[in-house]
Amino acid sequence: MTPETPALRPSRISLRDLWSEAVAACLARPARAALTVLGTVLGIAALVATLGVSKTASGQIVARFDALAATDVTVTPRTAAGPVVSRVIPWDAASRIRRLAGVVAAGTSADVDVKGALVRSVPLNDPSGQSTFQLPVKAASPELFAAIRARVASGRVFDEGHSVRGDRVAVIGPAAADRLNLTGVDQQPAIFIGERLYLVIGVLSDVARQADMLGAVIIPEGTARHEFGLVAPGSVQIDTEIGAARLIAQQAPIALNPDNPALFRVAQPPDAQGTKNAVKNDLNALFIILGLVSLLVGALGIANVTLVSVLERIGEIGLRRALGAGRRHIAAQFLTESALMGLFGGIIGASLGTSATVLVAIYRHWTPILDPKVPLLAPLVGTSIGLISGLYPAWRAARLQPVEALRSAI
Amino acid sequence: MTVALIELVDVCRRYDGDTPVEALRDVNLVIPAGDSVAIVGPSGSGKSTLLHIIGCLDRPTSGTYCLDGIDTGNIGDSLLASLRGQRIGFVFQSFHLLSFRTAIDNVMLAEVYLRRPRSGRRDRALAALDRVGLAARAEHLPSAMSGGERQRVAIARALVTEPPLLLCDEPTGNLDSANTAGVLALIDGLRADQLTVVMITHDPSVAAHANRIVGMVDGQLTEHVTDMGLIPAGEIRRHTT
Repeated sequence: MTPETPALRPSRISLRDLWSEAVAACLARPARAALTVLGTVLGIAALVATLGVSKTASGQIVARFDALAATDVTVTPRTAAGPVVSRVIPWDAASRIRRLAGVVAAGTSADVDVKGALVRSVPLNDPSGQSTFQLPVKAASPELFAAIRARVASGRVFDEGHSVRGDRVAVIGPAAADRLNLTGVDQQPAIFIGERLYLVIGVLSDVARQADMLGAVIIPEGTARHEFGLVAPGSVQIDTEIGAARLIAQQAPIALNPDNPALFRVAQPPDAQGTKNAVKNDLNALFIILGLVSLLVGALGIANVTLVSVLERIGEIGLRRALGAGRRHIAAQFLTESALMGLFGGIIGASLGTSATVLVAIYRHWTPILDPKVPLLAPLVGTSIGLISGLYPAWRAARLQPVEALRSAI
Repeated sequence: MTVALIELVDVCRRYDGDTPVEALRDVNLVIPAGDSVAIVGPSGSGKSTLLHIIGCLDRPTSGTYCLDGIDTGNIGDSLLASLRGQRIGFVFQSFHLLSFRTAIDNVMLAEVYLRRPRSGRRDRALAALDRVGLAARAEHLPSAMSGGERQRVAIARALVTEPPLLLCDEPTGNLDSANTAGVLALIDGLRADQLTVVMITHDPSVAAHANRIVGMVDGQLTEHVTDMGLIPAGEIRRHTT
């Protein structure tokens, strides 16, 4: 060995050099690099957007669900639906339920069998139009209006006094009011149910529950009992405090009939978490599969282009081998290049997916919700895809013999 | 006695296949440090194979090859690569410059695998370009340069690692006469700096720039030409050691 030459040391490439070589190689063919990462971009964007939009959407569904459905409990007899034929729900059901902690309002209602009687308005408005209708007639306890969160457009709802006295008064839903040509109660309008005259004391504008009330004529329970022989309330509607619904659902049947609570069927809100997951699963399975397919296509794209790149750069590989690069250095370089493309794909995809989530949320007037892990993990996923895609091309590149490689021009 | 930089003893290189080819047969060659040798011969004579063996790009099928005192038969592929990087500067006929990198970036590439610090890399590359007279063209892409300039960039890349051996494969094969003269003058200057230069060429006028000429025919050294005249092949070892 000549005295002035240093000892032979194994070749090495620093991480920084590896990085700059990979960046330089990608930037040397920017259009190709952009097209290569497109598949990964689309795949990651689809996944992030799917997860983001579904999380946002289920967030909205749950919010709506919390507001109304989570406080909604109804109790009906375990017998067939229809006109009430036997007395299962007691007349004082509403006040029994009202005593339970967590109940905001409770009221009973029933379909009234009017034996085919038609409802007609007193013909003072439009003599030529139809004035006789077959409208559903409902009996309700005064508290029902609170329990279904009814809003009054005009007049008032009836009270306990009307019911006890059996007064012939009625509250009508907005759809029924339309058909009967009633716009308000200023003129003290009256309607006929069959041959019996009822004073309309109130017109509803909206209800949050029991939408069939919108088209019905509603009379006090006491009146229905007296005039139409109503046997018993048909159902109990309970408005609970948020979070109390499941407890009330357990307690209500016992409060109504301690001897035999099994007589009742209770409809309670489904489990909130379960609903959320169900929504997510239904909406997302397809999009997640689509995203994964795009990712697979993206991975194949990177693998393909990296392989082509290896074949095109055989001369360069030969040069690097001549300059002291070992097989592992060549493999490391191509792996770094493919990982870099995957990383860029992941970053761009995560940005696009996040933007898509925000845009959808803005368009639907929703609050965008995105798990922060998703966009942060996306570049990692992209890098892994790049690395895996680069394995075979890198192996091919490393396997080349320097002499063969140098025969190719650069 | 001059120290031998290159020492080939009974080197054979056989390519197996349907028709086995014996590209090198019992080659014995010793090149002392600071010498300059031209290997000449017709195409197919085995001079490229010999260059590959000397350049540690390939291994002999049999025989031993020592470069700078290191027996290449005793080290693995990885260290053989290191030996290339640290002991040999390559100059290729087709330059082998990365087309999308500037001249100075191409020169700096030579240091990437060498465990040299990044700091000062640019200065060293610039100094190497200055040595070949191209400091002013450092930021130009190869495509904006003449063939002669490209080959000088390649020589700068070979020199920047300060190897004891410069190995040139038809260094003027792709150049016109004016550029050939420039590149040869540069190589002559390096010889004067006691760098060992080995080049293969089929051009006698290029070979004349070396102080030793080794001929090859059919995988064997045939004759040994020096400034003093022709020497029979069997006397090469005796003469050079």
